[in-house]
Amino acid sequence: MKVELTVNGKDVTADVEDRTLLVHFLRDVADLTATNVGCDTTSCGACTVLLDGESVKSCTVLAAQADGRAVTTLEGLADDGEMHPVQRAFHEEHGLQCGYCTPGMVMAIVSLLKENPSPSEAEVRRGLEGNICRCTGYHNIVKAALAAAASSDMGASQ
Amino acid sequence: MSILGTRVIRTEDPRLLTSGGVYVDDLREPDLAGAVRATFVRSTAAHALITGIDTSAALGAPGVVAVLTAADLDLPAPPPAEPAPDDAPPPEGPMPLGPPWSEPLFAVDRVRYVGEPVALVLTDAAYAGEDAAELVSVDYEMLPAVPSIEAALAEETLLYPDAGTNVCVRGRRPIGDDSIFDGCEVIVEGDIVNQRVAALPMEGRATAAVWKDGKLTVWTSTQNAQLSRLILTAVGLPPEAIRVVAPDVGGGFGAKIGIDREQILIAWAAKRTGRPVRWVETRNENMLGMTQGRAQVHHIKLGGDREGHVKAYRLDVVQDSGAYSRMGGFLPMLTNLMAPGVYDIPAVEADYKVVVTNATPIAAYRGAGRPEAAATIERVIDWYAAETGVDPVVVRKLNFIRPEQFPFVTKTGAPYDTGDYEAALDKVLAAAGYDELRAEQRRRIEAGETRLLGIGLASYVEITAADGAAGETAKVEVHDDGTATVYTGSSAHGQGHHTAYAMIVTQELGIPMDKVEVIHGDTDLIPDGVGTYASRSLQLGGSAVHNAAIEVKDEAARKAAELFEAAEADVELDTDSGTWRIKGDPDKTLSWSQVAAAADNGLIVANVRFTADRPTFPFGSQLSLVEVDVETGKVTLLRHVTADDAGPILNPLLFEGQRHGGIAQGAAQALLEEILYDADGNPLTATLMDYGAITAAELPSFELLTSETPTTVNPLGVKGIGEAGTIGATPAVHNAVIDAVKHLGVRHIDMPTTPERVWTAIQKASSK
Ligand code: FES
Ligand code: FES
Repeated sequence: MKVELTVNGKDVTADVEDRTLLVHFLRDVADLTATNVGCDTTSCGACTVLLDGESVKSCTVLAAQADGRAVTTLEGLADDGEMHPVQRAFHEEHGLQCGYCTPGMVMAIVSLLKENPSPSEAEVRRGLEGNICRCTGYHNIVKAALAAAASSDMGASQ
Repeated sequence: MSILGTRVIRTEDPRLLTSGGVYVDDLREPDLAGAVRATFVRSTAAHALITGIDTSAALGAPGVVAVLTAADLDLPAPPPAEPAPDDAPPPEGPMPLGPPWSEPLFAVDRVRYVGEPVALVLTDAAYAGEDAAELVSVDYEMLPAVPSIEAALAEETLLYPDAGTNVCVRGRRPIGDDSIFDGCEVIVEGDIVNQRVAALPMEGRATAAVWKDGKLTVWTSTQNAQLSRLILTAVGLPPEAIRVVAPDVGGGFGAKIGIDREQILIAWAAKRTGRPVRWVETRNENMLGMTQGRAQVHHIKLGGDREGHVKAYRLDVVQDSGAYSRMGGFLPMLTNLMAPGVYDIPAVEADYKVVVTNATPIAAYRGAGRPEAAATIERVIDWYAAETGVDPVVVRKLNFIRPEQFPFVTKTGAPYDTGDYEAALDKVLAAAGYDELRAEQRRRIEAGETRLLGIGLASYVEITAADGAAGETAKVEVHDDGTATVYTGSSAHGQGHHTAYAMIVTQELGIPMDKVEVIHGDTDLIPDGVGTYASRSLQLGGSAVHNAAIEVKDEAARKAAELFEAAEADVELDTDSGTWRIKGDPDKTLSWSQVAAAADNGLIVANVRFTADRPTFPFGSQLSLVEVDVETGKVTLLRHVTADDAGPILNPLLFEGQRHGGIAQGAAQALLEEILYDADGNPLTATLMDYGAITAAELPSFELLTSETPTTVNPLGVKGIGEAGTIGATPAVHNAVIDAVKHLGVRHIDMPTTPERVWTAIQKASSK
């Protein structure tokens, strides 16, 4: 079937199998490989992207369900080469090690901060329950989320 | 001004944060265009004879390129494995046992665990592979399963009938009679389970392979490209005909040391079919097929006097190695070696045996044999403290090896280099407010509250770079454009070596970090290297970079002297500005590019293999504070305070990151993670829905204290920090849980301390 998406502001149209998952559409059709797959049970959040501005696990959405809608992936977050405040906070706070969970984590936090611009540590931790990181012990991811929330330019970028 | 010791943010990150890493599944090399997708058909039986495999339906399915099984294998028989020496610290590479215990590539006539590869389906597209794999029909004649250590030791069913036993390796430190406990006034004894857990890197195993012009190129998610290349000679090629590349690797934790049978098969399939092949495992496959960790049962006995002086300790280990004994067969040697931990115990006995079971093979997982030793001695010290009525802090302090005793060789033969165990413990006690916590614990009990506090301590020492004699390689080049390139045999997969090694070069040569490129994981560029595991990289790989940089500097000094027409002794490098000059004459300077331009080919280069004659022994203390709801058994980790000492800190950011990750994995084992099988050997935890991988919601932020006791074993003075967090955290959290309920009569709860187990233990104790 034919699926038409706006991915990071660009139109991407392709004929795909009905059962094509959004994550595979992004990776294989749009050739945007930042979005990773870490599980097969909607448990890990490595595949998190924004669909019309809201975070979804792209391994759990059919490409067809996203037809006509706008998707933002990690690659679409920086603005003219300037890292998004969440990306910058990950860099400054050492919020990543192997980087595999990172695209999903960053997108989940972008969405979390949009809903709750100044969360408590506990709120960040609860909000990230669906994203697994095996490297960082979450310590610096949480720190990065709080630092991004505190950074003055966060509001402007939303 | 020294860059070492400062908080430098990682050079790796901008790429990972803006376009994402390039893991095996992300590779878009031209050679991989049109790569076929590989899907394994895996055993659904834990223990069975294969009576037939029918691939015809799969072969006829749309998009199927090939279906391969053991019958198609056309490889030379592997050479028999060398018998391993028992006593020296073992190298941590995969060390398969020889016949009759050999692990085949495809299962031949028998399967020994659910998930064992039986056939391989190659298709043009990934989804078609899953469909076609379902069409391969395998006939099994079921055999009774041996899903546990108990069942293995019963020997009613043998996994390897030719071997005549399920015990595949035995230690050689015999347990004597009970005379070492003569005169002990207090003796504690019992069994402690160190449960099987998943390594669970977020990227599972993945490999792509191309056979072209007589050369096999293999991209694989590994902790060591060079070792992988050696193992890949199993496809019948000499090492020179194989190139292995480690692209970005999404975590390893020991389970990606070398390369597994599936990945050898992918390389073989590319060679056999002439098509590029890519395999990326699903999480379900990963939970079945990737090697797992721990899986030991310990029988222990410890004795001492009534005042808290430990006199004798015995540790008897049974290691479940899973269906095939690779490294699992050798892990308990490390457990034996580290048995007495931080204590000066006059008499220690430690022994082990290794059994095969119908379960996923066991290999290294963060700590690999050492966390098991620490978990048990720290638990048993608490048993002994409870039995004597002496505070666990006092018992620890009475028995610590004292700073002036180093270097210290333990009764099990571990040559500890340096340490100050009491200082580390005092640090965490002060930072945590130990006395106040004990007072609050008492207050809650006396007030009859239902949410009680538990305070857990662990003092640990561990062995890092156990195979320091294998060393690590580094090549440092300075080019005539003033840039430097580092080629390292280490293989980072999240640790931040690119940042760390560039810092070392900047420190020595004064070339700014953005002009230093670090390259790893490509056997064409770095044929000789050892890799990243055993917390070895900075101390061996970093020391190699350090020494190579110094050799480059010496060579450059000779060149600069020639150019200045001065004596070499009059020439010096200003590392702040990265310029060469004549001492006392600030006007005469040369840049690195000028000096390099004067060298042959415009290049100054040094090749180094750094070896260490001894391992190093980082140490520390950790304190964990938990809250246990005695009505539900639910445990909440409230605080975790640690003092981890691994010598001088090169970059606090990286050092802390390693500790954070390690603590989380230790807490995860203590609190909730466990791989389970039913009585027929069927895995019950084969997805992330069933396996309780720890999340941010279950952890607090950690409170880290530092101290830096250097080692003399390497020029940087550093020890390994990759695994220490896990080694300390597991017993600290575990002890905290039991500490919260010990006044109710609970002496021990095996890990993981799930609500059900805690609740049951409380009920049992109160009905006594
Ligand atoms: S890959 Fe989507 S949640 Fe794990
Ligand atoms: S950084 Fe490796 S999984 Fe999160």
